[in-house]
Amino acid sequence: MSKIINITIDDQNVEAFEGETVLEAALRNGFEIPNLCHNKRVSHTAACRLCIVNIEGRPGGIPSCTTPVVEGMKVSAFTPELEKIRRTIIDLALSNHKDDCISCTKDGDCELQDLAFRYNLGEKERRFPPIWEELHKTSDFSNHVLDYDASKCIQCNRCIKACGEIQGKGILTFVNRGIRTSIGTGYEEWKDSKCDGCGECAQICPVGAITVKPVYSQMKRIRAKDIQRVVQTTCPYCGVGCQLNIATRKSFHNTNEGRETILQVEGADAEPNRGSTCVKGRFGLDFVSRPDRLQMPMIRKDGKLVEVGWPEAILFTARRLGEIRETHGSEAIAGLSSARCTNEDNYVFQKFMRAVIGTPNIDHCARLCHASTVAGLATTLGSGAMTNSIEELERAEVILVTGSNTTETHPVISTFIKRAVIKNKAKLIVVDPREIDLCRYATLWLRQRNGTDIAWLNGMFNAILENGWENKEFIAKHTENFEATREVMKKYDPQTVENLTGIPAEQLIQAAKLYATAKTASIIYAMGITQHAHGTDNVKAVSNLALVTGQIGRESTGVNPLRGQNNVQGACDMGCLPNAFPGYQSVTDPAINARFAKAWKHPRLPAKVGYTVTEIMNAAHEGKLKALYIMGENPMISDPDLNHVKESIKHLDFLIVQDIFLTETAQMADVVLPATSFAEKTGTYTNTERRVLPLRKVLDAPGEARDDWQIIQSLAQAFGHSCRYDSTDDIMREINLLVPQYAGITPERLAAGETLQWPCPNAQHPGTKFLHKDGNFTRGKGLFSAVDHMPAKEQPDKEYPFVLNTGRILYHYHTASMTRRTQSLPMYVNEAYMEMCKEDCDALGVKNGEKVRVSSRRGTIDIAVRQTDIIRAGSVFIPFHFAEAAANYLTSSVVDPIAKIPELKVCAVKIEKI
Amino acid sequence: MTCSCCSDNRPNLLETYPEKRQKLDEYISKLDLGDDMERRKGFLIGCLHEAQHIFGYLPREVQELVGKRLRLQQSDVYGVISFYSFFTDQPVGKYKINVCTGTACFVRGADKILEEFKSKLGLEEGQSSADLKFTLTSIRCVGACSLAPVVMVNDRVYGNVTAKMVPEIIKNCE
Repeated sequence: MSKIINITIDDQNVEAFEGETVLEAALRNGFEIPNLCHNKRVSHTAACRLCIVNIEGRPGGIPSCTTPVVEGMKVSAFTPELEKIRRTIIDLALSNHKDDCISCTKDGDCELQDLAFRYNLGEKERRFPPIWEELHKTSDFSNHVLDYDASKCIQCNRCIKACGEIQGKGILTFVNRGIRTSIGTGYEEWKDSKCDGCGECAQICPVGAITVKPVYSQMKRIRAKDIQRVVQTTCPYCGVGCQLNIATRKSFHNTNEGRETILQVEGADAEPNRGSTCVKGRFGLDFVSRPDRLQMPMIRKDGKLVEVGWPEAILFTARRLGEIRETHGSEAIAGLSSARCTNEDNYVFQKFMRAVIGTPNIDHCARLCHASTVAGLATTLGSGAMTNSIEELERAEVILVTGSNTTETHPVISTFIKRAVIKNKAKLIVVDPREIDLCRYATLWLRQRNGTDIAWLNGMFNAILENGWENKEFIAKHTENFEATREVMKKYDPQTVENLTGIPAEQLIQAAKLYATAKTASIIYAMGITQHAHGTDNVKAVSNLALVTGQIGRESTGVNPLRGQNNVQGACDMGCLPNAFPGYQSVTDPAINARFAKAWKHPRLPAKVGYTVTEIMNAAHEGKLKALYIMGENPMISDPDLNHVKESIKHLDFLIVQDIFLTETAQMADVVLPATSFAEKTGTYTNTERRVLPLRKVLDAPGEARDDWQIIQSLAQAFGHSCRYDSTDDIMREINLLVPQYAGITPERLAAGETLQWPCPNAQHPGTKFLHKDGNFTRGKGLFSAVDHMPAKEQPDKEYPFVLNTGRILYHYHTASMTRRTQSLPMYVNEAYMEMCKEDCDALGVKNGEKVRVSSRRGTIDIAVRQTDIIRAGSVFIPFHFAEAAANYLTSSVVDPIAKIPELKVCAVKIEKI
Repeated sequence: MTCSCCSDNRPNLLETYPEKRQKLDEYISKLDLGDDMERRKGFLIGCLHEAQHIFGYLPREVQELVGKRLRLQQSDVYGVISFYSFFTDQPVGKYKINVCTGTACFVRGADKILEEFKSKLGLEEGQSSADLKFTLTSIRCVGACSLAPVVMVNDRVYGNVTAKMVPEIIKNCE
């Protein structure tokens, strides 16, 4: 607790905290000193001068927002003279402000309007004429999601600071300083700038100068008072798990059967995002109200999907599954669960597959993203999750980011990294073949060749040992297998590594020194490390680095895989993996198996390891697998080698798809079951930092769509199983009993607003902020791994000379089944493209925007070229979101031998002009 | 070659004059930029100064090059350019005619001299002639008030200027 400082304000004794400003202390104690440029989320500006006070012993008016409290300070806040000055300042601000409040979305919610009212400055009472009418300052309405009305702008600087200090972007600035000062980006139009539409500026604007476009409503203007209800819930997009305040109302015309719709979305001031969010979270949730949401179950009759009632759909599905089990055995059935469904949905799904169907074949798309993390880190550390919390990143001294284009894939996490650099002077090391946005903030950018990660990671290990930067005490006390690993590392001297990776030896040594000698150092990695045929070894090489330096198990210090989808952590935790029951408890362990069998009141559960995603497709192709139940996944875009996937699915006798839209995969299904979206259900998501976050119901479900767990429960009951949950709370209680990490995360604590990070072993436990405290690893000792560099399985050659890399972009998410059904996100990008450097474009004679034909040994797509200088010659990059030119027609399904994750990051392609 | 970033058909200076680009690149390469963003911002004005010296003005592509090399946003660059009247993002003529309209020059008839230049050159304030020979601007005080009114043509100062002298000054530029 901070020290108490005693001051007086207008002769009243006030307790202030050390380090607080006079304004903060005053506001906290009920002295409503007026202010406009102050906001607790950004640094002090002292531009508006409204908060001036008199302080005994100091001459003149002093801005209270920049003055720290001092013991015994005597402050006068509301003298007649100060109030007169304030009134004049507000009068001046009004003369520069278009006060057409009726047309303004901030009416009733505007800080200047409130002050004008408070200081009685109606039109008749003002002394200054409306000069804004003559200034003709430059407004800008070109942004896809935001508007800037310069005639309302009071130049408070908050938006500029929100963009620069909170988001770390610095897109906005004052331009044309002088009487016509306005907010600008340095480009002709806002939309030409690098602004990505996060809307932090609109959320912080005190007046109606920067506002959000009404993307959710037919209404042109929405005011705060039009909002009927605000629900705080968890964002359905990436693994950050931003808390959002979703505002809703019923239609004015009482149409749409009186259903509520979303009016606007803001970041909630809660962990993990603390008020921020990104363009997808703020402007990309309108997909829930799309008319093409699935509303009725459908069964394929005479080749066509026909709408039917629930009883028919459930009976038909159960009967067909029963028949297949009868004829081909339970192992001819497999299930793909969803990283976008709740923990409760996933728990019930795997229970259904294991206990009711009796098959071990359960997996989900974590196989395609972090299977190698789960396998690799579980081996070396004992737990395959982020070791630290998101907020700790901001205070790390050194951050090493590799294989994660964090700005695009985890936008809010990237703001923590940027603030660490800008505000706290952290050193950022980026290791990436592309010049990603974070390079701009980096002290060092190491550009490795695609697929040479083990080489540079081992090279850093070597440099650390050569220079004596290792943590000998930590190695001795908390690790094993060091000597054997050291032997292997000997051959990775910086020069050899330079030849393998292209990273200059000197830079590698510099990076090794920065990382090893820092007081706190975090590694962040993602698909660039995991999606390789040697992904598990990549992950082990990453953890080697943390172990040799002892950079793990402390605040802001650890190994942090960023999980891609909102609940991919949770879906893994809930045992939607072919080898583990919920809580990573091995299916092959007889004691564990017996425990689950008892809990689920079932005589026998499958005790063997089932098929993974890629093996499911292969088994279907070979005819070994007859039925597939897919909940909320779209393998027809997300999986590697799509031609193979399509063939495999065609070979199935029976395909069930449970989703919110008729996805590419659902179009091939025999039964389609309509599910509710994140906005219509309750439950929990577990974000990338192991934090269990609540999902609260915002809207009613469309048509007859049902919660996933309810659909599965109906199926179980049709099989005669006694499965009976009344609510998601019921399911969570069962999870509390069976999953040790979740034992203390009870429905009661969730309802009370606690967002706990697992492991949380009992109802009193506060949750775990960072793992492996003081070198006490989940597995006991940290395990060094003697991993060796292996080249990518498919190398470019004469016929296929380019290396193809795939990934995600900010504006779309996964297979774009949600993002492309929004109003605003496709305005940014709505077409597949391939990044290529100028050199290669010139050599092929293709221009920016021109379509080319890209082929690999597995497939061909036609795609537009985007010329860019962030990629090196000989490499190309395609975002995988777009069905019409899906990158996964090209990718290879060669997999990592341990984690079975496909090599999505490297394959060889050829490019032809068309 | 045209500018890739804007729709007009103005030539892209960086592509048209690779030797100038190289000169600017070399200048920036010699700076000890470091990894601190605030520190890099400190070099911005110097770099823009040099860039304008090399290219004559600061079109978008030059601004973006400076921003990229200093790892700053375009907003940082443009905020500075739009603040200092010294910087210009429009092409300037070979002869930059600056009529001082500071207080001393103004009371001694600078407005008449400016009018005379306007009519003789057929240009408004801030404009350049189509052949990029002349640019006409007004400035506020060049610190030679004893010679008011003052006109500056590039680095040359004319003192005690009268409207009659205007054709002569223009002729001197030939």
